[in-house]
Amino acid sequence: MAQKPIREYDGKRLFKENWDKYFSGLNYPFESVLVRSGEELKEKANEPGYEWLKEKPLVAKPDMLFGKRGKNNLVLFKVNKPGDVTLEDAAKWIDEKRSGKVKLLSGQEGELTHFIVEPFTPHTEEEEYYIAATTLDENYDVLYMSAHGGMEVEENWDKVTEVKIPIDATDEEIEKLIRENIPADIPEDKKETYAKFAINFYKFFRDLNFAYLEINPVVIVGDNVYLLDLVARLDDTAGFLMKDKWGDIEFPTPFGMPEKSPEEKAIAEADAKSGASLKLTVLNPKGRIWTLVAGGGASVVYADTIADLAGGVEELANYGEYSGGPTTDETRFYTETVLDLMTREKDPKGRDKILIIGGAIANFTDVAKTFTGIIQAFEKYADKMKDVGVRIYVRRGGPNYEKGLKDIKEAAERLGLPIKVFGPETHITDIVRMALEEDKKGAK
Amino acid sequence: MANELFTRDTQAIFWNNNKSAIQRMLDYDYIIQREKPSVAAIVAPTSSNKFEKFFFGTDEVMIPIYRSTAEAVKNHPNADVLLNFASFRTAYDVTNEALDMDQFRVIMITAEGIPERLARLMNKKARQKGVTIIGPATVGAIAPGAFKVANIGGTIENIVKSKLHRPGSAGLVTRSGGLFNELSNIIARNADGIAEGVAIGGDRFVGSTFIDHMLRMEKNPKIKYMILLGEVGGREEYKIIEAIKEGKITKPVIGWCIGTIAKHFSSGVQFGHAGASANAEEETAEAKNRAMREAGIHVPDNFNDLPHVIRGVYEELKGKGIIQDIQEPEVPPMPEDYSKALAAGKIRKPRNFVCTISDDRGEEAVYAGIPISQVATPDTGYSIGDVISLLWFKKRYPKWATDFIETVIKTVADHGPAVSGAHNAKVTARAGKSVVESLVTGLLTIGPRFGGAIDGAAKYFKYAFDNNMSPKEFVAYMKKQGIPIPGIGHRIKSVRNPDKRVEGLKKYAKEFFPATPLLEYALEVEKETTSKKENLILNVDGTIGILMVDMWRALGYSEKEIDEFIESGTLNAFFILGRSIGFIGHVLDEKRLGMPMYRHPWDDILYQVEKAEEIK
Repeated sequence: MAQKPIREYDGKRLFKENWDKYFSGLNYPFESVLVRSGEELKEKANEPGYEWLKEKPLVAKPDMLFGKRGKNNLVLFKVNKPGDVTLEDAAKWIDEKRSGKVKLLSGQEGELTHFIVEPFTPHTEEEEYYIAATTLDENYDVLYMSAHGGMEVEENWDKVTEVKIPIDATDEEIEKLIRENIPADIPEDKKETYAKFAINFYKFFRDLNFAYLEINPVVIVGDNVYLLDLVARLDDTAGFLMKDKWGDIEFPTPFGMPEKSPEEKAIAEADAKSGASLKLTVLNPKGRIWTLVAGGGASVVYADTIADLAGGVEELANYGEYSGGPTTDETRFYTETVLDLMTREKDPKGRDKILIIGGAIANFTDVAKTFTGIIQAFEKYADKMKDVGVRIYVRRGGPNYEKGLKDIKEAAERLGLPIKVFGPETHITDIVRMALEEDKKGAK
Repeated sequence: MANELFTRDTQAIFWNNNKSAIQRMLDYDYIIQREKPSVAAIVAPTSSNKFEKFFFGTDEVMIPIYRSTAEAVKNHPNADVLLNFASFRTAYDVTNEALDMDQFRVIMITAEGIPERLARLMNKKARQKGVTIIGPATVGAIAPGAFKVANIGGTIENIVKSKLHRPGSAGLVTRSGGLFNELSNIIARNADGIAEGVAIGGDRFVGSTFIDHMLRMEKNPKIKYMILLGEVGGREEYKIIEAIKEGKITKPVIGWCIGTIAKHFSSGVQFGHAGASANAEEETAEAKNRAMREAGIHVPDNFNDLPHVIRGVYEELKGKGIIQDIQEPEVPPMPEDYSKALAAGKIRKPRNFVCTISDDRGEEAVYAGIPISQVATPDTGYSIGDVISLLWFKKRYPKWATDFIETVIKTVADHGPAVSGAHNAKVTARAGKSVVESLVTGLLTIGPRFGGAIDGAAKYFKYAFDNNMSPKEFVAYMKKQGIPIPGIGHRIKSVRNPDKRVEGLKKYAKEFFPATPLLEYALEVEKETTSKKENLILNVDGTIGILMVDMWRALGYSEKEIDEFIESGTLNAFFILGRSIGFIGHVLDEKRLGMPMYRHPWDDILYQVEKAEEIK
């Protein structure tokens, strides 16, 4: 639940679908398609309403939540000269671009899978304006306006006007604030159109629960408005209010994010089905220190402490948490997934692996019940755990914790697994210190 | 009061009838010996109850329920705290409406994921009205010894262990609700507990932040030092640094931001809350910890060292005489909940009811030990006859017996609309009564004259057989008793015009029963009776009763057990069950036809009414 980026195509679709309500009097020729391959583009061109794909010169670019596509040389707008890109050219270019990994100037690396294709809009640099809005803080939104849009907007940031708009401003106040602040260097004959567009742009931003919305450049020719490049983030917590307005919106994974491993996917699926929360990120599958932590806050302090006391994160294998009263089966599945990952290979230096079963003092979760699932997983993985050499450290408090601790200690001892067990009398993260100190003893 | 969030007199209106959370508040009230419960009223828009009962120690108290906040406010003008436990869909509307009532001083919002724009509007309105919003996405706040919000602090046992039942010296503010108990525990172990604690909430936009609470705590003389647990992301901690620099906060502050791990990962891993991601270098946990340290805040080297830092500050303030020893109050023992004590095997009580046939307490309800799913579908091989044998006799009968039971059920299912039971059911249905009322009227007709012959036949034939009476002796015996032999005789059927239902039953029994001694005896008796009158044949009721006895004998039941079946009306039960099928059919037929109210015609009644004699 947070602010989530959406595709440029979806951003433009939202403009189109709400255009008449916000921007009546102005025209926006929404001609955009989102495709995954050259073939899909060519098929699209045969559908009614998409004749422009064959008739007009085209522009193609990846639509995958990253910016600076021009600077990354990922915008096709010319073969020999600007505005000569045909459907064939665009299809060929898309297939070329999606056939391998791409590394951006920012260092992000990944495969290109989604492309937006639009007509080439001939215009001069002077016609490129800039507009953006964002949620500044608890009291204000801010609207950014500039007569100098385009690739160099950041270099020209001193020419951008910022208008702070109180979140509870009335329509009249909004209109007044924006009109008073229209950048002086917008040509006189365009000022009125730009102002009208800017006022309604802000209302559109506000009403549709955007967290960020930027158009750069926006080109104004007469009453025609061309949204050439768009970046947007939505506040996805507003999803339940925006069902009709957003339609079937997609929140794609940001470009360059490593693909989830099958184990992470399995936990994410279990999480989606459960009323409880199950989260797992594998940071380093060859790491030596694995964590099974209950609770979001606790999971952070364990990760912090491991990094602080181990002098870095090289040894930290995973990050994650379970909370919200998972069932015994869910806890068992979560534990088995972690144990499976941790017992695949021995530490190359022959050291013990460390399993931190941690958690704060639970409010109402029955600790003994949760531990039943962990014990069941121990029973299944005991032999493998002994093979790779796992030392277990437990710290937990909350309802029924005495029984939980006693049960897990007895089970581990019965299975021949080395275990140390602590309750609320021991500081939450102190087991991390103990585990690492034990390492040093072993090293001597 | 102005510097304290809650006092021992603070009362709240609880929005949503969250029984367990409210009970926890009242349990807390009990152990701190508050005079009035901390919850004055409950708002539950869809509730039809006027009040809800809660324990107060071993006693119970009634807390009124209202369908709107406005009504609750009108009736409880002193309740100045709203605990808004509405979902993320409605929490904004509830808060917004409550703000307009100008009664609430503090509004706590538990929902996580209120749309950011709505959260900002709501928070701004509250600030303008001087209302403190705690949350959204929080477990709440506590003023030990005075007032506890809902679930914060956990179990009473933990509350007492963490010294949350009486005020200490620390003021605690934290973003993480999950670590609130942990911090209370650390502070209780290394110092003397807290005087006030607030979890500000995990969403990006919360109504009150560290600075709002810490400025108040600065002015609260009970609070001698403050502990701040922040998180990666946001700039709230810098406001504390500013306040210290400006001299607005002078009490010692201990601070730490969790999420120092994030610096090791460029992107992709979300450590902590939705709001917890650093948008700039100053928002990292590390930068904030550094800045706090530079501003003179006591910052540990890492989270693991936090207890030592707390102990250090506490000892120093104690050494200076700023903090005094606390006299520990007496805590009344908390009565244990019956269900928990029972589950823990600590108490017992005699049961008023016994059930030996089915059990609905496990994963799946069972019929005589067999889960329903293992008898329900055709592939299980269980028929209705099997289910009857499980639930009525707690045994699974062999197929010949369950087939017989089904044969009986099918045989007695209906006998047309004219028989008295069906007639009654139809008349009742036509009076506009429901299926169950109409059915029951029909069933109530069943007795010694209607359907009851099954019982009687079994009883008398078995008696005669057991006492070695010859058929002749039996007929004579019954004549002497003045009782027509139950199960003998038919209105129209006779030896030459046999009842086909009886023929079928007899044929089935002869073919599939291991033995039918009582039937054979009954057929001898029939020879005796039909020799006197053509229609004194063994009828369908008699055949069923007699064959049931033969069935049970073949299944190995003792004579005593079979007598008990007969005495308890088991045989009649087969008729009741079977005939219910027919009665329901007649009732549905009436409903389908939509026939009007039935009134019996005068010309079908012999009226013979004379003037009542007067007795003087």
